[in-house]
Amino acid sequence: MLDFSQNYFALFGLPMRYRVNGSLLAERYRVLQGTLHPDRFAAAGDREKRLSLQASAHVNQAYQTLRDPLERARYLVSLHLDGSADEKEATRDMGFLMEQMELREALSGVKDRPDPHIAVGDILDRLSGQADALVQGLEDLLDQPSAQDLEAARELVRKLQFVSKCRVEAEDLEAELDELS
Amino acid sequence: MSLLQISEPGQAAAPHQQRLAAGIDLGTTNSLVATVRSGTADTLPDHEGRHLLPSVVRFTEDAVIVGEEAKSAAADDPLSTVSSVKRLIGRGLNDIARLGARLPYEFAQEDTAVPRIRTRRGDVSPVEVSAEILEVLARRAESVLGGELSGVVITVPAYFDEVQRQATKDAARLAGLEVLRLLNEPTAAALAYGLDKDADGIHAVYDLGGGTFDISILHLRRGVFEVLATGGDSALGGDDLDRVVARWIMEQAGIEDDASHAVQRRLLGAACAAKEALSTADRVPLHLALPNGHRWEGELDRTTFDDLIDPLISKTVAACRRCLRDAGLRSAEVKDVVMVGGSTRVPRVRERVGELFGTVPLVDIDPDRVVAIGAALQADVLVGNKGADEMLLLDVIPLSLGLETMGGLVEKIVPRNTTIPVARAQEFTTFKDGQTAMSLHVLQGERELVSDCRSLARFELRGIPPMVAGAARILVSFEVDADGLLSVTAVEKSSGVKAQVEVKPSYGLTDAEIERMLRDSMANAGEDLEARRLREQQVEAHRAIEALRAALAADGDALLDASERRRVEDALVHLELTAGGEDPNAIKLATEELEKTCGFYVERRMNRGILAAMAGQKVEEFE
Repeated sequence: MLDFSQNYFALFGLPMRYRVNGSLLAERYRVLQGTLHPDRFAAAGDREKRLSLQASAHVNQAYQTLRDPLERARYLVSLHLDGSADEKEATRDMGFLMEQMELREALSGVKDRPDPHIAVGDILDRLSGQADALVQGLEDLLDQPSAQDLEAARELVRKLQFVSKCRVEAEDLEAELDELS
Repeated sequence: MSLLQISEPGQAAAPHQQRLAAGIDLGTTNSLVATVRSGTADTLPDHEGRHLLPSVVRFTEDAVIVGEEAKSAAADDPLSTVSSVKRLIGRGLNDIARLGARLPYEFAQEDTAVPRIRTRRGDVSPVEVSAEILEVLARRAESVLGGELSGVVITVPAYFDEVQRQATKDAARLAGLEVLRLLNEPTAAALAYGLDKDADGIHAVYDLGGGTFDISILHLRRGVFEVLATGGDSALGGDDLDRVVARWIMEQAGIEDDASHAVQRRLLGAACAAKEALSTADRVPLHLALPNGHRWEGELDRTTFDDLIDPLISKTVAACRRCLRDAGLRSAEVKDVVMVGGSTRVPRVRERVGELFGTVPLVDIDPDRVVAIGAALQADVLVGNKGADEMLLLDVIPLSLGLETMGGLVEKIVPRNTTIPVARAQEFTTFKDGQTAMSLHVLQGERELVSDCRSLARFELRGIPPMVAGAARILVSFEVDADGLLSVTAVEKSSGVKAQVEVKPSYGLTDAEIERMLRDSMANAGEDLEARRLREQQVEAHRAIEALRAALAADGDALLDASERRRVEDALVHLELTAGGEDPNAIKLATEELEKTCGFYVERRMNRGILAAMAGQKVEEFE
């Protein structure tokens, strides 16, 4: 039976660090689902179906977490801190916050621009750039992190959270524009 | 006790061991059944050689007629002839009114959430109408295959919500069918294509059927079909194209809006015929008998038609764009786009989809049959006729699931396009001091306001120990199975006192109602409920016995010591003896007993499977 207590990195046989080999992760995800997915137990007894459903959902959850840069960072930090990381705190980096506010303002003014599609595209590009830089920082910090590295990583996670949220809003806006056109 | 029976390469299982399974495409306009024979999947014709069964059911005083015959009676007997029932299934009367479609039926005004259509045979629900269609197709498959079906895969639009899925499953239950899986239509189509050719890469499936539209984007890699995102509109299809054309004809011919049901039917028929003709012709003449006794003659050309339908196609194109964005892809990254559904025969549809994806859409497999074929392939794998390594489908939920929070807002628990099966939990707390109950409202949809989402279920968690506001910790867990069906559990954790409630959203049709319908339909067919229950339990028991035998033969010696094996075999013998008897409850108990006894063995087998699968992987760990 699947060992639900092992951490997600161990589940996929990957080293516990932020930098993850994406294709290896995907390959092992497929291998695990190939064994555990409910389709493999469609004609089995109820108990087995139940087990397969739980195991398969667990693997999906693990994959989802490790695949997403923000989720992965949050998860890894909390593993290192024995689950005590609290990300409710917001960042206090004023420079970063100003930049975010400026982006949000730009976003809310997009519809009045002569070519709103291009304007949203520009904002999304800027957000991707920011996210990439933060992910790079996390990769450097979360290899074999010291207590100090972890503190620094938590700050980056908070920032990445901001950026991700803004990105979702920008994407929603882009979808809205598509629907209008 | 895995049931996956794997025969040696090149050596098919003996014919009597082959389980009979079928794939059913329950469509808005037409339905089909397909099955795999000698390794090839194909749709099955009726005794007159027709593959498509019109999804039309006519209820007369003394008979239920399904298919072509019912369809031809539709204009003369509009009120008792139900077509396009898929547009109604899993919807309430309010939804139906909101769809804007003027339906040529009369609905019974009852206090139930489920609409009932008034026919000469009495009031029928969409679930019952669908069950009639399913039954005809299942009988067709059984007569061709020469035996009872052990299970079916039924396809549903990817964009179908919870309620529509559950209603479809209810219809199958009513028709006495074992549902192996509800399969999303575009995924089924991808399966039919993907197994045909070596097609690793990103694919889009554009499925415009009679009444529903789906877009799915999949990543196919070595037999694994991973759906990246899906989207659509469960109330947009060929019917709507007919409707805009019918409206145009009405304007041209000066027909009033309040035309009778029969005139409306004729108009829709003429519109549909014109649409079909325009797939090859550039213009089509129109003749129509008017309500005032005169005849009207006109013409519709391709350009006018294209202009009429363009706004509808634009809606599908916008959905495609959103789906691409959800998948995190640009259209250029999509290798090809597969066309599914009769409405993709319309040249303008192909043209615009081709433009969007920058590629010529694939139409190699008959767009009417491709879904049923994919369903048959999946059914064949699920009943265990095929090796387990052949393929795997990883599908997603189309719409977000959430809970109502303060202020009429929706908190999303499982976002759309999450791979299923999925289990997610979130903690909530109490609002007032001493609060002992909490009411939970489960919703589906993308909007923020409760009023804009579909309500799936409401339930109350009681027995929370009195505490100050905010101290209780209520964990609400959502679980979505591989059919895309949801169950919700709530537990109060902080006190150690477990207040717990589990709901399966049930919409309109209660279990009791289904039971009653089941009794009615069997009474009509002269069948006996008890006999049926006994047979079902016996089938279930034999399935368990067979599976365990196969497992023991495969790895019983390796995984069990002598005393464990004796315990397992004792339970096996006990079930065999019980299953020979005539008490369905005793058989049920013995089957459960066997599963319980074998629990540890099942876990060991699963574990061994995982270890074996991962063993080949470890080497690369430190690349």
